[in-house]
Amino acid sequence: MSTPPVVRVMEREARVLARLWRGMVFSTLLSPLLFLAAMGLGLGGLVKAHTGRVAGLTYLDFVAPGLMVASAMQLAANEAMWPVLGGVKWMKTFHATVATPITAGEIVVGYVLWVVVRAIGASTVFFVVAALLGAVPSAWGVLAIPAAALCAGAFAAPLAAYSVTLDTDLVFPVIMRVGVLPLFLFSGTFFPLSQLPSGLRPLAAMSPLWHGVELARGATTGTLHIGADIVHVLVLLACVGAGFAWGRRTFARRLTS
Amino acid sequence: MDPLIEARALTKRFGGFVAVDGIDFVIRPGEAFGFLGPNGAGKSSTMRMIGCVSPVSGGTLRVLGMDPAADGAQIRARLGVVPQEDNLDTELTVWDNLMIYGRYFDLPRAEIRRRAEELLEFVQLTDRRDSRVDPLSGGMKRRLTIARALINEPEVLLLDEPTTGLDPQARHMLWERLYRLKQDGVTLVLTTHYMDEAEQLCDRLVIMDAGRIVAEGSPRDLVATHATREVVELRFGRAAEQHAALARVRTLAPRVEPVADRLLVYTDDGDATAAAVTADGVGAASVLVRRASLEDVFLILTGRTLEE
Ligand SMILES: Nc1ncnc2c1ncn2[C@@H]1O[C@H](COP(=O)(O)OP(=O)(O)OP(=O)(O)O)[C@@H](O)[C@H]1O
Ligand SMILES: [Mg+2]
Repeated sequence: MSTPPVVRVMEREARVLARLWRGMVFSTLLSPLLFLAAMGLGLGGLVKAHTGRVAGLTYLDFVAPGLMVASAMQLAANEAMWPVLGGVKWMKTFHATVATPITAGEIVVGYVLWVVVRAIGASTVFFVVAALLGAVPSAWGVLAIPAAALCAGAFAAPLAAYSVTLDTDLVFPVIMRVGVLPLFLFSGTFFPLSQLPSGLRPLAAMSPLWHGVELARGATTGTLHIGADIVHVLVLLACVGAGFAWGRRTFARRLTS
Repeated sequence: MDPLIEARALTKRFGGFVAVDGIDFVIRPGEAFGFLGPNGAGKSSTMRMIGCVSPVSGGTLRVLGMDPAADGAQIRARLGVVPQEDNLDTELTVWDNLMIYGRYFDLPRAEIRRRAEELLEFVQLTDRRDSRVDPLSGGMKRRLTIARALINEPEVLLLDEPTTGLDPQARHMLWERLYRLKQDGVTLVLTTHYMDEAEQLCDRLVIMDAGRIVAEGSPRDLVATHATREVVELRFGRAAEQHAALARVRTLAPRVEPVADRLLVYTDDGDATAAAVTADGVGAASVLVRRASLEDVFLILTGRTLEE
């Protein structure tokens, strides 16, 4: 009847959510849905009037999966920065947790899995709205949700591993502006990589977000490419695995010195 | 009885810095054991090693018959920890702090609810159960931290400076709760730099200074062994007078310790020494005779006061 330690770590986060869910739902969903309205409908209408299609898709169909996964990435980045530093530095709740049978490694894994659960929740709502707007032509579309979740994990794991080593949050806004925002804009989210200068394309293709967006777009538009998709999944899983391996070390070093 | 906690040449290094320098101690079931010492003595470092959240750098440590390096999680399952700094979960209510902490020990929810009711009663926070943690007073937070540490019904309770920063009333209330736990058979291990706390709570204690143990025993034995029965405190109007009087006073008693604002004269007969000092005309502005305490033991052993 025992519950895995990682799940017990997630229970704490679930309880915080149970208290604060209204604010959290609002703040995690408002921005992606506004983007969907502005880009998919507003800009999409313009694209339709001028050039018709993007990569063979209506602009709404093109941008919806991109926004869905990019929002999951942003959620993951946020949750893997400030709250992690809070747990180790401000509130020090992680220190309280390692005094119990839970280990530092279980804290990082449980926390990141919780971020993934939240990404699943946010992506599901986004998905339903996008489907109602007619932006999900394929029945395979639901697979975009696990794609977004995997992408969230690929960002959350290494970022949490890094955040726990810090003493101030000064670097977080820099990461947001210099790391997350460029990825958000240039990972095939709003336009295909073919629009980028050819020198930059391989760089953009290294972005975990691009792999996530490709997977999700393949799903919502029903254009799955098994070989390429396996590579996308493996790249994202590698980010999660590397993040966990690194996080186990950084969390242990910080919490049990 | 088999020791509950046993340390041999226990050492903690941070880089090149030695925070705990080869200490030995044995803590037996049911006793209240204290680490008394000034800032930086290595008390918290020792407590964190016992709590299996800080790897031992040298020597051996056995807790509950197990090795912290190998069996950390099993040991921690049977410990309660009140850290020096409160680390309550400020995103949760008082009640949820206990519920979640109980879940970390994998206790069933119904059982945690039962214990949480009892513990809130025990620390007199029942009427604050739905409050958030932030608005609680320092004493209430400390009591909640103790309740949280008891959620797994630990055999050993580790308390790192349980009452630092609390007002006298809050402190006495905590002492009373800790005393009741001890009556219930919980082994208490605590650190403090208050000698009255050590005297009130500890059956046995070690005095630490700069990473080493400088003395060990019951409060009464420590005073009997290292101090005299009584102390005469001489206060002077000006520091220069005190300085000038030191050599004179030293001819009247074997042991005199100057501290910031007074001379402490160690003697077995305080009244006689006070009379001698007055007759000799050293010019003290006030003369006070009192019993020797742990504070004096510390001063005699290290040449420093506990709180400076
Ligand atoms: N993580 C750490 N890294 C480096 N040095 C440390 C670390 N933790 C403690 N120290 C050093 O080890 C020494 C002992 O610290 P410790 O916290 O054990 O003392 P203490 O007796 O608990 O003091 P206090 O009464 O102030 O709480 C101090 O000099 C402290 O600066
Ligand atoms: Mg300390």
